[in-house]
Amino acid sequence: MNPCQSCHERDAVVRLTQIVGDDVTTVHLCSKCAAERGIETATEVAQTPLGAFLAAMDKGGAPMAAAAAVGEACPECGATLQDFRASGRLGCARCWITFERPLRDMLRRLHGATRHTGTGYARPGAEQLTVPEYRERTRTELGEQLRLAVAAEQFERAAELRDALRVLEGE
Amino acid sequence: MTDLALVPDGGMPWLDASGPNSDLVLSTRIRLARNLAGRPFWGRNSPEDREAIVTTIGAAAQDMPALADATMYRLDAVSIATRRWLNERQLVSRELAGLDAAGRVRSGAVLLLGRSASAMINEEDHVRLQGLRSGFALESAYGVTDRTDRELGARVSFAFHPEFGYLTACPTNVGTGLRASVLIHLPALVLTKEITKVLQGLAQVGLTYRGLFGEGSEALGNLFQLSNQTTLGKSEAELLDHLGRMVHQVMAYEERARTALRRDASAALEDKAWRAWAVLKHARTLSFEETVDLLSGVRLGVGLRILPDVPLYSLNRVLVLAQTAHVAEAAGLSLDADAIPEHRAAFVRRMFEEVGHQ
Repeated sequence: MNPCQSCHERDAVVRLTQIVGDDVTTVHLCSKCAAERGIETATEVAQTPLGAFLAAMDKGGAPMAAAAAVGEACPECGATLQDFRASGRLGCARCWITFERPLRDMLRRLHGATRHTGTGYARPGAEQLTVPEYRERTRTELGEQLRLAVAAEQFERAAELRDALRVLEGE
Repeated sequence: MTDLALVPDGGMPWLDASGPNSDLVLSTRIRLARNLAGRPFWGRNSPEDREAIVTTIGAAAQDMPALADATMYRLDAVSIATRRWLNERQLVSRELAGLDAAGRVRSGAVLLLGRSASAMINEEDHVRLQGLRSGFALESAYGVTDRTDRELGARVSFAFHPEFGYLTACPTNVGTGLRASVLIHLPALVLTKEITKVLQGLAQVGLTYRGLFGEGSEALGNLFQLSNQTTLGKSEAELLDHLGRMVHQVMAYEERARTALRRDASAALEDKAWRAWAVLKHARTLSFEETVDLLSGVRLGVGLRILPDVPLYSLNRVLVLAQTAHVAEAAGLSLDADAIPEHRAAFVRRMFEEVGHQ
């Protein structure tokens, strides 16, 4: 393990990459020095309710990894479950569909429920969608994006979209 | 530099203590977290995305009765002193004000401040609508925020899932996106050491708490923010009702603890109140921590009629205006100036003079 580049005493546990203008600098820091710069390390994140929860999921048989293929990325924003585990934040609205199953499991534990029972919502000029209608719309959108990706010979993107469609159809 | 004098009502109409139970409850805040469909969340979005979010919401707001009078403050274009000033007024979160890390603010960080409602743009979620009311006023604070939400949702497309509800960056906010917080002063529960038990009880019934300044039961000035922990699986009305019932109970516990203190420890209680009064009225330097702590003693003493009357408005005002960025701004000093404790003490003394306690 590298020593901390700030205090030179403790072991570094965080790699901090800073981008200022065009300059990219990387420093290795211990958790104390990282905290002084306002950076949360895994131990600190674990002290927040969601962080502890995510950490527990990581250790206890990793149900999240089992539910979605490891490394599977959201076709919209590119975020993976690993990213979510690290930050506790999802990348976009589509992530909620990409990682639907593990998230549902998590919601049950966080809120004791998975279903919104509060006020409904319909986009301007549209009707409120039911769950099957929402799925269908997402499927259509993804299908259209897949068709465009194939036409433009963006095969990597097409493969991501195909995986996302499979997740949806696997429901 | 933002002209802070132009902030509508100083952004703090709640200071006047006109709301219900304002002797115990300073303010009630409702927050609704919303994201626009088709744009990545903060963390995955680009400066261009964030700018487009500001433009979309800014344009919608001009056409919305609830935000028609709103002024737009670009936090990404003002000094750290101004951002801290807005944070001290509880108008923006530490995150939006860029006060968490190295004091750097993200591009697109914007506050839309109207007289009755406000919106933080490009916080953790694209937009966080807020309604703030004086005293214990869940219903009216929710009413104005809900109206703002409906008006905005009719003009822009929110990310909404028929099963999960309003989609948020963090799963702890999904569903209603509703966080209702009640800022309450609980000195007697702290003095009688019952506070830990009460706070633990709240955690067991799905509520959460944090100090207004400081964390946990060590809250500075005995000021606690009580709020709902879960946002999904219950309707907005159920969440508000549950929080409301629990706050009523906490208020009853505080009143009971006050009665017990008066009965069993009246000399100690009077001594505490008068000492707080004397120091605030005469000190020549004051740290913010000490000021908040002593203000709690004075607020309790005034509430129990141990001390001469001081309007709650004045006590609330000092609580906000004695914070560092406010003292610095009023005195034309920098945030780290050594003279701030002196100016703070002078400001507090002036408050006592203004309310007729020379």
